[in-house]
Amino acid sequence: MAATAASSSSPSLIDTLFQRSLDDVIRVLRSSSSAALEAAAIARALDEIRREIRSPDLDTKAVALQKLTYLASLHHFDMSWAAFHALELLPSTSLPHPRAAYLAASVSFHPSSTDLLPLATHQLRKHLAPSPSNSPALAAPALHLLALASSPDLAGHLAPDLLPILSSQSSSNPLRPKAVATALRALAVCPDTAPVLFKPLVECLSLSSDPRAVSAAIGAFCELALAASDPSPYIPLAPEFYRLLVDSRNNWVTIKVLKIFARLAPLEPRVAARIVDPVCQLLRRSTAKSLVFECIRTVFSSLLDHDAAVRLAVDKTKEFVASDDDPNLRYLGLQALTMLGPAHSWAVEDSREVVIQSLNDTDTSIRREALRLEMGMLSDSNVVDICNMLIKYAIKSDPEFANEILDAVLATCGRNVYELIVDFDWYVSLLGEMVRNPHFAKGDEIERQLVDVGLRVRDARPELIRVARNLLIDPALLGNPFLCRVLSAAAWVSGEYVEFSRNPLELVEALLQPRTNLLPPFVRAVYVQAVFKILAYSFISFIKQIQAGELLEIGNSFIQRGGKQEGSDLVAAKSSSDQNNAFAIGDGVATDDKAILFDSIEKQETFKHESISCLLNLIETVVGPLSECGEVEVQERARNVLGLILIIRETQFWNIEEGHELTRDDKITKMVELMESAFSEELGPVSTNAQKRVSVPEALILNENLSDLLDILGDDDINPCASVSFSFRNHHSTETNQDSATAIEPNSFLAEHRKRHGLYYLHMDKDKSESNDYPCANEPLLPVSHGEDTEDIVKLPAQSLIPEKAKPTKPRPLVIRLDEGDGVSSSNLTTAKESKGDLLSGAIRDVLLRNEKKPSLTHKTSLDRTSQRRENGASENSELISQQKESNSFGDREHGNSSSRKGRHHHKERIESSGQNRDNEEKSHRHSTKSSRHHRRHKHRQRGDAPLDIAPQSPVIQDFLL
Amino acid sequence: MIRFILLQNRQGKTRLAKYYIPLEDSEKHKVEYEVHRLVVNRDPKHTNFVEFRTHKVIYRRYAGLFFSMCVDITDNELAYLECIHLFVEILDHFFSNVCELDLVFNFHKVYLILDEFILAGEIQETSKRAIIERMGELEKQE
Repeated sequence: MAATAASSSSPSLIDTLFQRSLDDVIRVLRSSSSAALEAAAIARALDEIRREIRSPDLDTKAVALQKLTYLASLHHFDMSWAAFHALELLPSTSLPHPRAAYLAASVSFHPSSTDLLPLATHQLRKHLAPSPSNSPALAAPALHLLALASSPDLAGHLAPDLLPILSSQSSSNPLRPKAVATALRALAVCPDTAPVLFKPLVECLSLSSDPRAVSAAIGAFCELALAASDPSPYIPLAPEFYRLLVDSRNNWVTIKVLKIFARLAPLEPRVAARIVDPVCQLLRRSTAKSLVFECIRTVFSSLLDHDAAVRLAVDKTKEFVASDDDPNLRYLGLQALTMLGPAHSWAVEDSREVVIQSLNDTDTSIRREALRLEMGMLSDSNVVDICNMLIKYAIKSDPEFANEILDAVLATCGRNVYELIVDFDWYVSLLGEMVRNPHFAKGDEIERQLVDVGLRVRDARPELIRVARNLLIDPALLGNPFLCRVLSAAAWVSGEYVEFSRNPLELVEALLQPRTNLLPPFVRAVYVQAVFKILAYSFISFIKQIQAGELLEIGNSFIQRGGKQEGSDLVAAKSSSDQNNAFAIGDGVATDDKAILFDSIEKQETFKHESISCLLNLIETVVGPLSECGEVEVQERARNVLGLILIIRETQFWNIEEGHELTRDDKITKMVELMESAFSEELGPVSTNAQKRVSVPEALILNENLSDLLDILGDDDINPCASVSFSFRNHHSTETNQDSATAIEPNSFLAEHRKRHGLYYLHMDKDKSESNDYPCANEPLLPVSHGEDTEDIVKLPAQSLIPEKAKPTKPRPLVIRLDEGDGVSSSNLTTAKESKGDLLSGAIRDVLLRNEKKPSLTHKTSLDRTSQRRENGASENSELISQQKESNSFGDREHGNSSSRKGRHHHKERIESSGQNRDNEEKSHRHSTKSSRHHRRHKHRQRGDAPLDIAPQSPVIQDFLL
Repeated sequence: MIRFILLQNRQGKTRLAKYYIPLEDSEKHKVEYEVHRLVVNRDPKHTNFVEFRTHKVIYRRYAGLFFSMCVDITDNELAYLECIHLFVEILDHFFSNVCELDLVFNFHKVYLILDEFILAGEIQETSKRAIIERMGELEKQE
């Protein structure tokens, strides 16, 4: 290594002699007054470092590395380029060198810079090996680095090297707790190490070991149990945890144990029953607030069935909430109450005032927690009161929190398709009220909910249109950019549900008021469309009204004349009903029905000839200019409206006097029918899965290849291409090829992507040649269905779309994962994580269930302990349980019959029994042969006498605790 | 587990940053900026806990320095608050009356102390005495 460094542009001796130390660099940086000077100083330092770090002299190199580490860790300069130089320092015998190297490596670790770490495997192993010559000063950072940066492979390779440290018996080995933490990380990245690492970890829990190791181990188990999607594999360890819960004097340990039990108790009621007493004792006696709070949390999350415990915890929580002098405690108290939920709202009653006051606190953390608590307490009975209170409160609070309140209310009320809401009229008017909040900025959500409620809740529509009217009519709202989305929803509602409106003309005026030109075009388009709908509705109503008026006359005459001249009336009535089916009043229909009809007509007396013509004029003047609008959406709709007006004006009826033989005008009737049918169909909510339910046409062959592509491509990409005209496509594809060549090629993402999904990429040169062939292949551009055509579709996206798409879809745009389980966006991620967690749980379950000896041994000790206390016959009990456990563990895995063989060939059995994990097992083969030595020693003793024919159907968890 | 630990002064200059999760450099920068903004304007009478993305930051101010620790949402706040205090006590003892400059010029030693205290996001040692002894040994070796 030194040779390679020397051969590359050798730094002069001067450099080495006059090298600036880290302190020098820091001083220079501190003395540089401006940002520019500082940047210059850093640039200079980096230049020096680049030179010095190649020096064959290790001291020079170490100092350079130290400086670089400083810059990287505090100024975030990329130091991945120096990763190899750091490794060069590892073998040095001078202690500071490898330490500097470890520090550098651990500061800069991330996947791209730890590619080189496997090169250091041997060196790491050497530093980990326990030998007198080897100081723990190196093993510690080695463990640290391994914990932070190890890849699955590296963890797998080095896991056996952790064993000597993990199982060291010397009580004060400072490395043991570190090794425990490292083992935890190794387990997390590489579940295959479970057979090797898990048992020593469990042993660290035992009483005899170093208290620091116990603390570290319990921390590790806490992490494992909390991270596991299913913590049931850890239940067999419950006795160990219980012992710690009862005996440990270390609050830190107790807190961790409680966290584990909070996870296990819901799975196993006997565990819960067992821990209630100790938890209550801790609650009563402990003076450490952190521990008390942890007890409260445990009770509220997992022991809600135990009333006494809940009561005690609630009392303690009230003390927390009531502590005025310590905001931290108040915050935690509120947090604890939030966990209780509506079922225990009695617990909150007493603290109600504090909660309300807390909404007013200057501290955002407390306010937020109080809000969360209020939201958690919402039920269908109190939702109206609490929400009204909050919305009023939001008007007074500061902008940020006001919107947080609105957000919370919207989210909670909208949850699960408004499951909390009973009175939708109230809710709709609440939505309208929210908009009036001066800090309002939640337009999108309100827009969605207004429309959604309209679609989903028929009964809310009259109120909805009232709210919409109030919003539309207020000119003050139009200038607010946060409101335009809400207004767009209101406009849509006003158009869609205009039949519930008392005064459609007023709506049109509101929609066309001058200030609407402040709205963005897409909202404007909705406005114009709403006008269109209202106009159509008004016109239809007007015509019908006139027709009904004519009918009325007939009806009146009918009534006046009585039954005497029925015959002639019948003819008249019939002639009118022939022409207008909608008003087909049967000849002999009772006069009651007619009366109802006439009533309704009288109610709608609002449409007069003048008012309609006034409406037409208004619309023409305002919408007219919009037909020249630059925005196509608006322009198109405006023209629609104008077209409709033109048709209306053309109709003959407009020229003649009102009420003149209208019913006989065929054209108008047809038009009315047409318009009615255009808007008659009710819009409903669309399920998000709707697309999936559409069955695939038989003729269409969905190539598997193509369905795989969905992971890489957005589905919207395939469609436009199928519809693009032929010549255009040719041009298009070559163009994107060029694009891809110039723009994307240098992109490292693409290279990475290509590596991973190479299957879906065409060869580079093939790519080019094929783009020329394309036209021929695509000659028949008819709607695609069979064999060859499908192939074309497959090729097409591969050729023209991937490069284009590679940017937006593939790299998740900077989604920060502070943790593997953030579960933020991509579903791939979460599933990947889950499967990993399952893998780990599975591996651990395997280890635990196979290691019967160990749990039951330790379990025995705990049994003795507990049973002495309870004065039970311990020995019988334990034997019974161990039998039970034996059978259970096999029953679990449904290998009851073959289990008699298992005892003898532990290793073989492993491979046989863990069907689904076979691959993993085989990978870890190497480790397990090593470790099986440990296992086997314990195994043999127990096997012989266990009754193996019992294979319970359901995996019953043995009661360790009794 | 602990996701990261930051020591920042009131101006937002980072004096120590230790990440226990892999983050890109740019992301670290952003995180530090955001955490500083979260904690710097808080009143001393406020809680020591702030929500940060999907985690929470437990912070404590000592003179002009903010010690911030990002932990999981389920972690015990008070316990970590104690940890911060313990860490500061250790620093104080080690540098005898610690000040910001000590941290600036002994930055690798601060890392050493921190590594004795916390490893891989897990608290290793809760005894002040033990850590100080270990540090003494390391000093001798170097």
